Amino acid sequence: MPDSGKGRVSRDSTRNTLVVAIGVSFVCSILVAGASVLLKPRQAKNEELYRQRIVLDVAGLYEPGIDIDDTFSTNVAVRLVDLSSGNFVDTPDASTFDPVAAAQNPDLSTPVPSGLDIAGIRRRANYAPIYIVEGPAADRQIILPVHGYGLWSTMYGFLALDSDGTTVRGLQFYEHAETPGLGDQIDDGGWQAQWRGKQLFDESGAVRLTVIRGQVRPGEQAIYEVDGLSGATLTGRGVTNLIHYWAGQHGFGPFLSGIRQEAKTVE
Amino acid sequence: MSEPRRILIDPLVDNNPVTLQVLGICSALAVTTSLLPALLMCLALTSVAAMSGAAISSIRSRIPTNIRIIVQMTIIASFVIVVDQLLKAFAFETSKQLSVFVGLIITNCIILGRAEAFAMKNSVGLSFIDGLGNGLGYSAVLIIVAVTRELFGAGTLLGYEILPLTGDGGWYEANGLMLLPPSAFFIIGLLIWAIRALRPRQVERPEYQIHEVHRTEVV
Repeated sequence: MPDSGKGRVSRDSTRNTLVVAIGVSFVCSILVAGASVLLKPRQAKNEELYRQRIVLDVAGLYEPGIDIDDTFSTNVAVRLVDLSSGNFVDTPDASTFDPVAAAQNPDLSTPVPSGLDIAGIRRRANYAPIYIVEGPAADRQIILPVHGYGLWSTMYGFLALDSDGTTVRGLQFYEHAETPGLGDQIDDGGWQAQWRGKQLFDESGAVRLTVIRGQVRPGEQAIYEVDGLSGATLTGRGVTNLIHYWAGQHGFGPFLSGIRQEAKTVE
Repeated sequence: MSEPRRILIDPLVDNNPVTLQVLGICSALAVTTSLLPALLMCLALTSVAAMSGAAISSIRSRIPTNIRIIVQMTIIASFVIVVDQLLKAFAFETSKQLSVFVGLIITNCIILGRAEAFAMKNSVGLSFIDGLGNGLGYSAVLIIVAVTRELFGAGTLLGYEILPLTGDGGWYEANGLMLLPPSAFFIIGLLIWAIRALRPRQVERPEYQIHEVHRTEVV
């Protein structure tokens, strides 16, 4: 081989530099792409299980060591909601509908008007899969998928509501890339526990629930407020924005007002 | 002691990358609140160190000197991505806890240091062993720190209860400080002190001497 790389001159020649640069990039890209393609199905399965786990956890049904698939299928029903009308859509595909992918598809999504896009999501799917907990293990709850922009990343999570459509059972995120140690306090159990029992809407039906700065003071407003996260003001603001967007008219507003009406008539 | 054996054993205590060279401290602080993520991190770093050492060594005579660091980084980064993908496929929950720190192995000084200082000058086999040895040296420190922090901070090891907590009707009052970042500094500091007390050869010579000042005038 003429270019065996022996000696300094041939090693540092322009030709060898290009050959090594291109060769290393080529081999490394095959390695990385191969690993990614081969492991994708397994990772997707893990993520699906993790999402189901978060749904169960936010509904208070998760214990370490339970069979997630089994508990999920016996206690949780997935229904598809048409967001603009707030009505259920009858389809067998509800559990496989992917709202994140659908938001990229012009036929299945709507651009969010810039004035309403407080969560920074730009487009949203026309339909959303919601989870209704109606199993033997817990009383009726509605779990809504929510997402919105925090400081660095889009945060994806689930908001669990009582059957009255306004009392919060919990809020948990399953995917985000907020600052480790600061913004990722949104995964902290103590902070998540604060959401339980808060009210999403006030008497007039306006969305009121907010992550404030500092600590919640006792008073009549306390049921609409959650403690801020120190060092993560912008992540907290992102959480407030996504709650306000998804509970608002462009999000689950029409669906939730139907639920609240229904709950009032039952009373 | 034979050469490969010495290369493997030396970084464990005598030339430990964390306690002697004080490298790789960032991740050593971040992933040691409990033992399981620390073990996975050790596995990830050790495999990247060994594989990247061997890969870089195998093309060391062809790597042009002016782009050698970027070639090393490309190889290291590829192995880190592969390891990260493997963790996401086979240890999903723990990889969530490790969050960015597996990705940050790319910038870990131990890996780049061994690539530049050892793999560029030695054979493939020896470079692999050197990466393995340094990874194990890092792992030894991480495991000691993580065992101390999880045991005294949460009363458990790998999630199994060892010291029953007072909160659950036991006798052990958990030391919350152990779960906070500063405790890792204290433990690594104490570890360095202990090793240097046993091996005084590791104590660095002071960089300057404080001289007594002889004042000649009264201020």
